[in-house]
Amino acid sequence: MGVIDIKRNEVPIRENRLGAVTGYVGTIGDLNDRATGCGVENRERCFTQASACSSGCCQNQLGSIADALVVNHAPVGCAADSVGGNVNFKSGARLRGLEYTNVRIISSNLEERDTVFGATEKLRDTILQAYERYKPKAIFVTASCVSGIIGEDIQSVLNELKGELDIPLVPAFCEGFKTKVWASGFDAAFHAVLFGIVEPPRFEAKTNKVNFVNFRGSARKEIINTFSKLGVEPVFLLQHSTVEEIRRISESRATVSICGTLGSYLGNALEQYYNVPYVKTEQPHGITGYKNWLRSLGTLLDAEDAVEAHIAAEEARIAPELEEIRAKLKGKTAVIGMGPSFGHNFTRVLRELGVEVLWAATWHFDQNYDHGEVPESTKRLAEADESLQVSVGDQQNYEIVNLLGKLKPDIYVTRHGGSSVWATKMGIASYMVTDEYAAFGFNGILNFGNVIIDKLTNRSLARKLAERIKLPYTDWWIEQDSFSLLQAEGN
Amino acid sequence: MTTQIIDQVRHVCTLGGLQSVLAIERAIPVLHAGPGCGQKLWGAIGLQNGGQGSGYAGGHTVPCTNATERDVVFGAVDKLEEVIENTFKVIDADFFAVLTGCTSDIVGDDVESVVRGFQKQGKPIVWAETGGFKGSNFIGHELVLDAIFGQYLQPAAEKITGLVNIWAVVPFQDPFWTGVYADLAGLLRSIGLTPNVIFGPGGGVTALNLVPAAQYNLLISPWVGLKGVQQLEEKFGTPFLHYPVLPIGPTETGKFLRAVAEFADLDRSVVEAFIKEREEHYYHFIERAAEVLLETRFLPRHFTTVTDSTYGLALAKFLVSDLGLIPDRLYVVDGIPEHLQGEVRDLFKDLGEGIGAEVTFTPDGGAVQEELRATKFRSRPLILGSSWERTLAKELNGFVLSVSMPVSDRLVFDRSYVGYTGGLRLVEDIYSAILADFQ
Repeated sequence: MGVIDIKRNEVPIRENRLGAVTGYVGTIGDLNDRATGCGVENRERCFTQASACSSGCCQNQLGSIADALVVNHAPVGCAADSVGGNVNFKSGARLRGLEYTNVRIISSNLEERDTVFGATEKLRDTILQAYERYKPKAIFVTASCVSGIIGEDIQSVLNELKGELDIPLVPAFCEGFKTKVWASGFDAAFHAVLFGIVEPPRFEAKTNKVNFVNFRGSARKEIINTFSKLGVEPVFLLQHSTVEEIRRISESRATVSICGTLGSYLGNALEQYYNVPYVKTEQPHGITGYKNWLRSLGTLLDAEDAVEAHIAAEEARIAPELEEIRAKLKGKTAVIGMGPSFGHNFTRVLRELGVEVLWAATWHFDQNYDHGEVPESTKRLAEADESLQVSVGDQQNYEIVNLLGKLKPDIYVTRHGGSSVWATKMGIASYMVTDEYAAFGFNGILNFGNVIIDKLTNRSLARKLAERIKLPYTDWWIEQDSFSLLQAEGN
Repeated sequence: MTTQIIDQVRHVCTLGGLQSVLAIERAIPVLHAGPGCGQKLWGAIGLQNGGQGSGYAGGHTVPCTNATERDVVFGAVDKLEEVIENTFKVIDADFFAVLTGCTSDIVGDDVESVVRGFQKQGKPIVWAETGGFKGSNFIGHELVLDAIFGQYLQPAAEKITGLVNIWAVVPFQDPFWTGVYADLAGLLRSIGLTPNVIFGPGGGVTALNLVPAAQYNLLISPWVGLKGVQQLEEKFGTPFLHYPVLPIGPTETGKFLRAVAEFADLDRSVVEAFIKEREEHYYHFIERAAEVLLETRFLPRHFTTVTDSTYGLALAKFLVSDLGLIPDRLYVVDGIPEHLQGEVRDLFKDLGEGIGAEVTFTPDGGAVQEELRATKFRSRPLILGSSWERTLAKELNGFVLSVSMPVSDRLVFDRSYVGYTGGLRLVEDIYSAILADFQ
């Protein structure tokens, strides 16, 4: 039995649950050894730049459920990310050919007097107004720094409303100050779903569904196709899924995730509570990752033969083009700056393409996932090249800019907004992976390789911009060691 | 009391004032706030609002203490002091403003004494308590100005004749702000004044330091920034002209220029000559476009605005006075404090041609859309709002142009709708949207 507890309304943050850290510098070998052994101790910084918080990850996941609604119990600024969330939501709708709608994230608009007198009445009223306006199938209430500090009893408000509204009313605890790991907000969202929406399976037999945790789902058609060969259908979560679909994910045959950071909590929880196995291999980026992932899924589904046939055909199909790409990328160097799952997976993908990864920076690192193991992508990377240099920081641009200046890679491959631009300003080609399926499987690796080639072929924007702009850092800082403001462990 | 909920945000919170600091070249905010505040706020009023990215030192470059649980339990003034000290070492900037978030303001960190310490060392740094629960970023903008005026600016040895400080739209919140300030400056220059523009490229600390030396302050805004020019009058004895209408198109721009000329006692012949020349330029194009304006299929006759008060008023005045359209449902969504609503409401009573309009004040965009859905429009409505309105316009079979935050569907550089050229830009944008709609 695992340690996830979906009967409580709140999930512990990643620092406490997964030994997540946001400050480390060393090698992948050391990181893996220590994560496997006595653990990595987080290193603090004496200078920090604005990062991101768990509430963003949480409410944009929940707000993307098609027929649910989020009430953000917070001052208006905490709902500001609904604007970007809406753009993402529409891009997902576009990918799926759905009618455009706006995300429904509604602020209870906490004001100064509420910090003194409390605002549970306001929360209650906001929920009722929001329900009246949209008649959603579920309402999630996301907490905030203010609601957390003033001690708002969100659960009691929801309990009292249960008689009035006949839909699930579910709290999601994602106060920004509680964690440095914004991905804790994914857990808060999935925990809310597990706590308030997902029901135990109605039948002993599983359905032919496989839960697929992802973001916008650009590879939807390809996945539906491939999965049909294995006799199953994907249920894409959470964006654009419905409350009813989510209610039944306990009946699926397996859970997979495009991102270990995103999906491991939900996957492990469904395995622990409802016996829905979670595929724990590397993520399906590039060839090795995809093969290991699909084979693991194939074994769970008793579809090994179909998997092997698919792999053999696909591998043969892409071999010539892959060789061409490798030839063009030979001798090229890259630095990675991504979340830990994407970062360690994409390092492997770049190596598959023959690109030398000089450094892999990740925005945090989970020393273990909820099944108690070091992430598989990290383990495999350590096996492949234990000397690979890695660092962990919550998107501290000053470190990244300093590092890029010293390493001068051909390309900086990143994920999360506001990072790639700095490489470009330094004259370095950059690629921000906005699509989670950018390197998915056999098609993905070809697309990904071709994008890298394009980025390297014409660097005019980067070169000319770099000639004309001044970086916002002092000469003093640029000359320091990149991690000199990272304090010693235990400080 | 019914809770004023906010669905579909059209502004952010007080801490959004951080973008007003970034609008001053080589000035940088230092946030004493939660880890996600910065990203959420600039995401909304920056990146997703005309594509205004991090620029020189915004976005994830902004120093922040990234409040933790420990900080909200034990306070975090030491951490703030350390981050500020290292900001001076690491970041290459000319001016710094420490802005607090909800966490610090509720816990009660003594930020003032930390910043006072650096001020005593001669550092160009100020602080403002901008915890998000205090209100909107329009208020945040005012708090930032208050801090800069009160803590940083020093009296000038002498006033410079003809120098005018321009205070208008809230930077970033208005995606056209850079063009607005530049175009207002251009108008003033054309009638013989020397504009001093603090926000935008080329201003910076040099322009900021000139503020006390100006002969006048000019505030172009229905309500935001009034406290600031009053403060400057009190502190430096600088008289101000409060002109509530952002001038778009020939009618309002002419009125504006004449009002400024009268206030500053300028040579009327210069002003009239300029007005005549620019009106001729404007009408050259309007004459040329008359077929499009009159004979295009599916032309709207009425317009609806869902904007802040500055644009609500400016757009309505232009469309009524110069384009012959009729207002139908004007929503003002900048969360104007109740005691100021009456004055702003009165401004909408005279839009020109004897036409006035009732306005609805609400920060709740969802409520606005609900009302518009229930409205019977006689012709295809023209909705000038935000990118939230794109789906609504489709439902209502209307035309839509995003002009007010969030403008996530447009990239905006240095264009604005101000003045004569600005009026032409707006006509181009509106009628391009109409022409593109059915082709």
